[in-house]
Parts: sequence; structure tokens; C-alpha cells
Amino acid sequence: MSAHSTQVKEPFLRMVRRDTISSQKAWGIRAVAFLLSLVTGGIVVLLLGHNPISVYASMVKGAWGSKTVIYETVKIAVPLLVTAIGISFAFKMKFWNIGGEGQILVGAVAAGAFGLFTAHIFPKLPLVLLMMLAAIVAGGLYGLLPAVCKAKWGTNETLFTLMLNYIALAFIKYLMNGPWKAPGSSYPKIPMLVPGARLTKVLGVHWGWILALILVVLAYIYFNKTKQGYEISVVGESNNTARYAGINVGRVFKRTMFLSGALCGLVGMLQFAGADYTITEGTAGGVGFTAITVAWLAKMNPFGMLAVSVFIAMLERGSNAIQTQFKIPASAADLLIGIILFFMLGCEFFISYKLIGRGKEDRHA
Amino acid sequence: MSEAAGYAVKMHHVTKKFGKVAANNDVNLELKTGEILALLGENGSGKTTLMNMLSGIYFPDHGEIYVKGKAVTIRSPKDAFALGIGMIHQHFKLVEVLSAAENIVLGLDGKVTVNRKEINKKVAELAQRYGFEMDPAKKVYNMSVSEKQTVEILKVLYKGADILILDEPTAVLTPQETERLFAVLRNMKEDGKSIIIITHKLNEVLAISDRVAILRKGEYIGAVDTDKTDQAQLTEMMVGRPISLEIERPEVKRGEKRLQVIDLTCLNGDGVKALDNVSFEAYGGEILGIAGIAGSGQKELCETIAGLYPSIGGSVLYSGEHEGIPVQERILGLKPDEIVRKGISMAFVPEDRLGMGLVAGMDMTDNVMLRSYKSNKGLFVDRKTPREQAERLIDELEIVTPGVDTPVGRLSGGNVQKVLLGREIACQPSVLIVAYPVRGLDINSSYRIYDLMNEQKKKGVAVLFIGEDLDVLMQLSDRIMVMCGGKVSGIVDPREVTKEDIGLMMIHAGESSSDSEKEGVTA
Repeated sequence: MSAHSTQVKEPFLRMVRRDTISSQKAWGIRAVAFLLSLVTGGIVVLLLGHNPISVYASMVKGAWGSKTVIYETVKIAVPLLVTAIGISFAFKMKFWNIGGEGQILVGAVAAGAFGLFTAHIFPKLPLVLLMMLAAIVAGGLYGLLPAVCKAKWGTNETLFTLMLNYIALAFIKYLMNGPWKAPGSSYPKIPMLVPGARLTKVLGVHWGWILALILVVLAYIYFNKTKQGYEISVVGESNNTARYAGINVGRVFKRTMFLSGALCGLVGMLQFAGADYTITEGTAGGVGFTAITVAWLAKMNPFGMLAVSVFIAMLERGSNAIQTQFKIPASAADLLIGIILFFMLGCEFFISYKLIGRGKEDRHA
Repeated sequence: MSEAAGYAVKMHHVTKKFGKVAANNDVNLELKTGEILALLGENGSGKTTLMNMLSGIYFPDHGEIYVKGKAVTIRSPKDAFALGIGMIHQHFKLVEVLSAAENIVLGLDGKVTVNRKEINKKVAELAQRYGFEMDPAKKVYNMSVSEKQTVEILKVLYKGADILILDEPTAVLTPQETERLFAVLRNMKEDGKSIIIITHKLNEVLAISDRVAILRKGEYIGAVDTDKTDQAQLTEMMVGRPISLEIERPEVKRGEKRLQVIDLTCLNGDGVKALDNVSFEAYGGEILGIAGIAGSGQKELCETIAGLYPSIGGSVLYSGEHEGIPVQERILGLKPDEIVRKGISMAFVPEDRLGMGLVAGMDMTDNVMLRSYKSNKGLFVDRKTPREQAERLIDELEIVTPGVDTPVGRLSGGNVQKVLLGREIACQPSVLIVAYPVRGLDINSSYRIYDLMNEQKKKGVAVLFIGEDLDVLMQLSDRIMVMCGGKVSGIVDPREVTKEDIGLMMIHAGESSSDSEKEGVTA
């Protein structure tokens, strides 16, 4: 027993869960986290031999400095926002749909089937509507598949949706090399959408941005005011409670995943007909994954997702700008984005918990 | 040192806070060597927290702990063991596929190989010394709850603990098993062990302990010698004011047959019969108590009737009223929403309140509308009516909450139950099924729940009350159905049988159904 010192020693740091936190304080913590991320990022920039302030200034300017770059920023934000909304449908019921990439790609392919091959038959309006409908249905069905399997056999949706991403990607490669290969091209690529079928620009960017804003409002109403939105929340909290309340859990899985996939599929169409005008392996370009960050940072609130997706689009544009202006390598620019996102996600811990140092009592009690 | 030699444990001015809540505030506790100390307090009074600090699970914010006269720092369960302190938790931590003896030596230093013969012998000796009945080679998955508890206690003794803490050990035992446990505890005391037993059952406190220490809302109230006190004084110390412990059983004329269950049979996940030819009838204006050791099929019974659990045979007939029109239906196999659509007004308060009956993360409004949101026409939900209903519930049932917008998961156990039971009663059921309605509730809330059940009975509702405390079941119920291993061992009148009779029925029905029926008749 002599091994036990008689002196009472407290652990160095203790974690204590907060009961509640005022929204002012929460935003204060977020602001501090943002500043700290800028400081940390600044140190990295300094080590690379640049002036952090001018690098940050150039990032902001690169995203908002002129009409052209604003268009580009919005063009990045739109697919991110719509995908984030789509994914949040599934995430709200704790169905981990990480198959946004695949759903975007099949949406693009479905839109391409009409856009590339029926452009000479239909006038523009019906053609665009057809492309939209095809993308929504294709994305929806691609999202429905894992939901059906989960409802029937309890399969793991995380692995399932992830694997579907690779199947969609491989399918696009197949189309590029085979049936859809552009005639006369020496390397594998899919032909361009004819200019007459491309989405009309409104204020400099294809009208997808208006659609995205409408979707923000619709999603908010769906989540908070409708019976189906309520069912999603109940299923997300507890499958057992949902069954107890007479909710058909399997049906909610299927219905919601169809909607989730449909919105992601719609993104594929917007990218194809509004931004890229063709389909490549990069059509989804990681949007399906970044959108997960967006949805989490916004805590599944559509208006929050609007703010976060614009913010991330700004970071991406800004990192492009500093690459060209300061010759900062792409990896370092990505590191900078990573640092900022790390701090923003990490500070949520300090909103839920507080740390108490040794010898200090919890004075708030 | 000599000053404190008579004490196995002294805890001085111990404080532990979780967030803003002080689970223990300036608590003093003294355990004399070789005594049995009952630690008494309502749920949430900080008994378990205090003991967890002694066994190294929590670290106190303040205060000193002395073990056998020496000031000590207990930072982990390992430290506690080195001091001879062993705690037997409410939830057992055993490896199912190992034998009793293997579980007991698990994690101890020893040779690379295990000599099973030798450890079996050693464990058997230890068991015999204190009067435990157990077979060291028996696998844990074959054991009853009481046997598992024995293994937990032996595990602690085997490691050489001489200060034992038992957290609500009788909660899972039949009266007979409780008696046997108490006999063993007395043997251990004779052997010089010091024992703390956490409980909130007063009769047990009086039966087993030498002294009683009382906690209330995290504060230390005091300690009394058991032979100089009685139930009334202990209750007053525990609750803070005198309180009547009588449970009313209003005389109500038995009404119509509301529920008839015939040969209901269903399987559990392993293909074993969880319910085996269960038959009974429930009448309006009565409380039918359902007794049995935990896991005897109570959960499956409720959930099968409520349409949440699949059956393989039998039938359930319902007869009641819906808006003045008589409704008679076979309800077995119907889903919960189909049951509602057929106009069957059956309310169910499940055992898992926050995991099945309510949505912990949602506010009261959203929880109140859980069972009724579908009746609103159109795409949208109506939150206005449920909100008013939630406000009414807060008033009527004196629910303590910051408001209807607070997530129900933040409320205390008693208030959570009031929200759930209040919502279920509000739909004016003909049949009300309540599973373990007072588990984890303080005395006041418990009595409020009993009152609510009696009110429903007076209204002519058939109440099915699945309980665990036999004393309560016997005082409240008009009839008691005893279950054992998924079978009905008998339906008895609580006014005509003793607690021991019911205890016997709880453990004897396994052989064959015809046997159990006979037993039911004789009981």
C-alpha cells in the first residue's frame, strides 16, 4: 500500500459536458476558432516564405475580386449546396449516404443520354426538362438501391453507397472509351453538348443557382413542416420509436433515399448542361464528399448549408488564386483549406464540452 | 492510525459535480470494519456516484478518502482493488462463453496456461466457505441472473477484496434468491468483510444492515443504527418529509372483457420460445399485474400485443369502444398504424422510454404528436394542437421542465415518464399496457404514476401492469399473472397469496406447461 502516495493528485485536464450554451457564446467560440485557423495557416504561409496577410487578401480577391471570379465561385458553390441538401435528407435519418459522387455521375449520364443524342429532335425547353427528369430519376434510383437492401436485409449503407461510387465511375470510363467516345478523337472523351442545349445564364451563371436557392427554402419546409420530414427525424433518432409510432421504417428509408439520390442526380445534370458541357471522370470531382462536410458544418440546416457552401467555394477559388499569384503549390493551398476546416469542425467540441484544468473548480455551479 | 483503525473506509467532504449538477456535495461516509452498511437514497441522490469514487471509476472534485486509516488516492479500479475494494455493479460484466471459474480468474496475473481443475477447485472452496451454491464449470450463458450475480461476487472475493460494494443487488432477484444472498452476506460479515449495499428498498435495509447512511439529492443526511430506526423514519430522511407508503387499491366493479389472449407463442432471436402458449384475459376496471423475473417474456408479451413483435401462433382479441361505437378485432399480426386505423384504442408505455416510447432529442410538442400526427390531413404537420396538449400535460401532471421546447431527453426520469404516460392516457385508451412504469423514479413520482393507473382503472380501462417490485404489484393489482420462462405459471389473487408463493411461481414453470398450470391452481 506504500505504493500509493497520500497526496491527492487530480488529473491534469478534465472534460465536462456543457448543459447549454448561449448562441452568443457558441458563435464567439466559432469566431475564435476561425481566427486561430487563420493564425495557424499564416504560420504555414510564413514558413513557405510569403506574407500571410497578402496571401489571405489574394484569396478573398481571388474569390470575390471581379465579376468573372464571382461567377466561378458561384459555379463551385451551386453543386456543393444542392448535393449537401440532398445528402442531408439521408443524414437526418442517420442513413449514411456517402454515395453522392456516384449519384451525381449517374445523373450526369442520364442527362447525357438525352442531351448528347436527342438534341436534334427536341427543342431546348423540353430537352432541358427531359434531361432534368432523367437525372433526377437516375440519381434517385441509384440512391434507392442501398435503401431497399437495407430495408430488406439490413445491409450496411455506408459500404454500399461508397462502392456504388466506383461502379458509376467505372461506367463513365467505359462510356468514354466505347459507346460514347467522341468520333474522331484520338483520346477517350465524350463529345460536347451542343451550345443550343446548354443551360441559359442568368446574371452570368447558369440558372442552377436560382434552383439551388429555391431548394434551400423547400428543404427547410420539408424538414420542419411536413409529416414526411417529421418521420425522417423520428427514424433518425430511433428506429424503435418510429416502429412504435406506426411509421414504416423501411418505406421512409426508401422514400428519403430516393429524394436524396434524386437531388444528387440533379447536380450531375447541372454540371453537365450548365458547367462542363461534357462528362468526364471528374464530373463529380469530390463534390459528393465535400458536401458531407458542408452538411455537418451546417448541422443539416439548409440555410446554414448555403452559407457554408459559399464559404468553401470561396476557399477553393482563393486557393486557386494564390497558386497562380504566389506560386504556392496546390498541395499547400489545400493544406490551408484543411487547416481552416479542421478548426471549424474541431471547435464544435468546445461548444459541447469544456475543459477544466487541475486545481480549478467549476465556478459556474 | 489507531484512531481510525476501526473503520474500513472513511470519506470526508467528498464533492463531485457533473456540469452544473452536484451529484455529491460535501458527503461524509464511514464504513466500520466488519459491518454491513446500507446506503439508502432515492434515484438520483448520488449513491452510485459516491461508490464509483470509492471504486476508482470517478475521481472526486474535492474531499479525502481514507481506507483502513490511511489517506489514499484512487484513480482507477486497479487502485481500488489494490486497497481491497471491490464493487459489484448492477450490470454484470461477464464473458458469456466462459465458465464461472474462467470468468473469475480472468484478468488476474498467473501462468500462461490455465489449470482448469485447480481453479475450479479453488473457486468451489471459496463458494463453499460463504455458502454460495454454484458450479464453477458452468458456462455463463447457461446461468440465471442470480447465478451471474454470484459469479460477480466471487470474482471480487477471489481477488482478495475485503471491502465489498453491492449496487442494488436485489433488483433482479426473486424473494427467495434475495434471502439466500442475504445469508451469504451475513457469512461474509462473520468472516470480517466490510460491506456497503446500495438499495432503495426499505424492508431490505431493515433486514440486512447494521447501520444505514442516507443521501438525499447529493447531500449526506446522516447515519442511523438499523435496530434503532423504522421505515417511517428512514422514508422521512430519504424524502425529506413524512410520506405515506400505502398504495391504494380502489374497489371497482369488474367490467367487460377487453383483451383475450389465447395460446400466444413467439420466438426470440435465437429461435427459442420467448412466449409459450400464453393465455389470459384482461377486464375493464381492473389492474392485471404481470410478475416474473426480468426476461421471462414480459417484453415480448407487451410488444406482440402492440404489434411490434412477430408471433408464430395464437391470437389476441380486442373489444372496446371507439367514439361510442363498439369495436371488436383480432389484433395479432396488425402493425401499430393498422391497429390505430381500425379504431382500437390501446395505449402502450414501453419499458424503454427514451428508446421506444419517446424521441429523446425532440421537444415535448413533437413527442406528444408522435402517435397522432398522421391524423392531420394533407402534407403538413399541425403543431398547434399538440403544443396545447403538451402545455396541458405540464399543468395536470406537474411536469418539471423549462418549457415545451426543451428536448424530453433533458428531463429527469420521473418527468420523462409523466410525458409518456400522459400522452398515452390522453388518447383515452380502452386497454393500457405499462411496462416497468416506476423504474428509476423517485418515491413521489412513483406514487403519482400509481395514482394515474388507478384513475384509469376507475374509468373502466383494462390496465396491464408489468412490474418488478412484488410488494407494489401485490398492493396495486387486482389479479397477478406470474410468468416464468415465457410461460404463464398461474394467475392469482394477491389478497390470497403470499409474496413467497409468487416468488416460487416465478422460478417454477419451466418443466412443462401442464405442470405449471397445476401449480397455478394450487398457488
